[in-house]
Amino acid sequence: MSIAHIAAGIAAVAGLAALALLPLYADAYHLSLALGLLQFTVLATAWGLFSGPTRYVSLATTAFFGVGAYTVAVLGELLAWPLVLLIAVAIGALMAVIVGVSTLRLSGLHFVIFTFGLAELVRQLVIWYEVNKTRVLGRYVFVDITQSDIYWQLLGLAVAVFAIGWLVARSRLGFALRIIGEDETVARHCGINVTFAKVALFAISAVFMTLVGAIMAPRWTYIEPSIAFNPTISFEVVIMALLGGAHRLWGPAVGAIPLTLLFEFLSARFPSTSTLIIGIVFLLIVYALPSGVVGLWERARWRRPAAPAAPGVQP
Amino acid sequence: MTNAILTGLMLGGMYALIAMGLTLQYGVARIMNLSYGEFLVAAAFASYWLFTGWALNPLVGLAVVVPTGFGVSMILYRVLLTPLVRRAPTRDALEVDSILATFGMMFIVQGIMLTMFGGAYFSYSFLSIPVAVLGETLALNRLIAFGLAVLFGVALYLALTRTRFGTAIRAVAVDPAAARLVAIDVTWISAFAFAIGGALVAAAGVLISMFLTFSASSGVVFTMKALIVVVMGGVGNLLGCLVAGLALGLSESLVATFVDPGLTLAVNFALFLGVLLVKPAGLFGRAQR
Repeated sequence: MSIAHIAAGIAAVAGLAALALLPLYADAYHLSLALGLLQFTVLATAWGLFSGPTRYVSLATTAFFGVGAYTVAVLGELLAWPLVLLIAVAIGALMAVIVGVSTLRLSGLHFVIFTFGLAELVRQLVIWYEVNKTRVLGRYVFVDITQSDIYWQLLGLAVAVFAIGWLVARSRLGFALRIIGEDETVARHCGINVTFAKVALFAISAVFMTLVGAIMAPRWTYIEPSIAFNPTISFEVVIMALLGGAHRLWGPAVGAIPLTLLFEFLSARFPSTSTLIIGIVFLLIVYALPSGVVGLWERARWRRPAAPAAPGVQP
Repeated sequence: MTNAILTGLMLGGMYALIAMGLTLQYGVARIMNLSYGEFLVAAAFASYWLFTGWALNPLVGLAVVVPTGFGVSMILYRVLLTPLVRRAPTRDALEVDSILATFGMMFIVQGIMLTMFGGAYFSYSFLSIPVAVLGETLALNRLIAFGLAVLFGVALYLALTRTRFGTAIRAVAVDPAAARLVAIDVTWISAFAFAIGGALVAAAGVLISMFLTFSASSGVVFTMKALIVVVMGGVGNLLGCLVAGLALGLSESLVATFVDPGLTLAVNFALFLGVLLVKPAGLFGRAQR
């Protein structure tokens, strides 16, 4: 381990400590801003965990997020908090496995189409259930949890998602997924169980999204299907991951922070035109930064040492 | 029962028409257009605007909106999508890029409509006269819309199968590299197919606006149904569109009548997954693309 590594480690621990102490000195507004930043950092990083190496575009973020939120709305008062979270994890993973097994064996297109509609599907099913069985559309979330508690839980989740991402990238599973992303036929011929690898990582990614929904649910006090399954969240997460660059673990977080701030600003200042501006931002990113900020930075770093050699190559 | 089947068939005919444009855009030009439904809603708004502002009959309005749809789609392909086609190393890469780009477009079109019309639902009353068909009463506007949908579908089918130009379009859909070898201008054909898709979605938008309420944000539902129909029928296959569209419309109408109207989307997805699990390439698709 070099001195640079040790320095980076110390900086990371110090940064984490500073972040952990934030609720002690931040006011309510800044704490809520920090919650938004952490929420999208975890969501975008979890999205990148699966979509980065496999290059499958998942539009189902909000489906998992909403399921997590609803789990808390239904069970929050009945069971102990850790048990509620555990159940949310189980439901999220089960849903991901069902979606994954039924669509990931087919071409990437089927996956996009199915995830595109998944949030809408779950939303309709929840509405149908609430209208026909419970006869009320909304639910109140009464859980004894403060904003600071939510913040610390999200911070823990953020650390966990990075740790898992780091471990997966170094495991056999991560290696298999990179080969699948390069060429699925090759991966199949190497003896990789392609479907298992894809479904496993999709489930891991989905569990984090579900947990974010579950942890954030007590913030709202009142939820209904259109709040929990808000499709904009899925879209925003994709833009964030793309801006940062989904092929690196740190990429999505790099995109999540500026865009969360931008969207926060837009929805406060220009609520009527924010959809239009989100679209323009999205197009700019797709056309100008196809491999994200991380890709840009890597290319800049890769070019610099090559530059002095260039004159000698010329004829 | 008869009523549910008739309604389902008419709904299915509309779905087939909606999906035909998308199957051209995706099957020929390889643009997976996620903003498709937004263009449908935009055409519906155009028709609404022509009818309420200028007292222009939607059937006459078709003559304005459809060519506009063609032109706008052509410009869109030339300006926004051609760079992506050039940039993409493979057709799969183009698929992913086009998903992302049209995703952005979806927000832009939706955002423009939201700023112009707000989030409210719109509708107008045109020819909502009851007509008796097989002992059941149906609205005349739905019947006319269905008739025109059939007419457009047949015209497109004949144009694709009976003309030289149609043969070229089908050749590009099957194998663009081989099409280039027999002196077909693939770039131009792709742009043209994309534009015909735009014209068809504009027509569908006008027809739907005659009997359905719509809002600036209702495009996503249409995109989803069109995608389901296209993939279920087999990408690039017009006959598949028709069969899948009718199946979707019928099942939706039957479930809404006999089970619960809130479960139509669940039925759509169940049908979609059911077909794909048995035939991953779609009902009329070739096994390997």
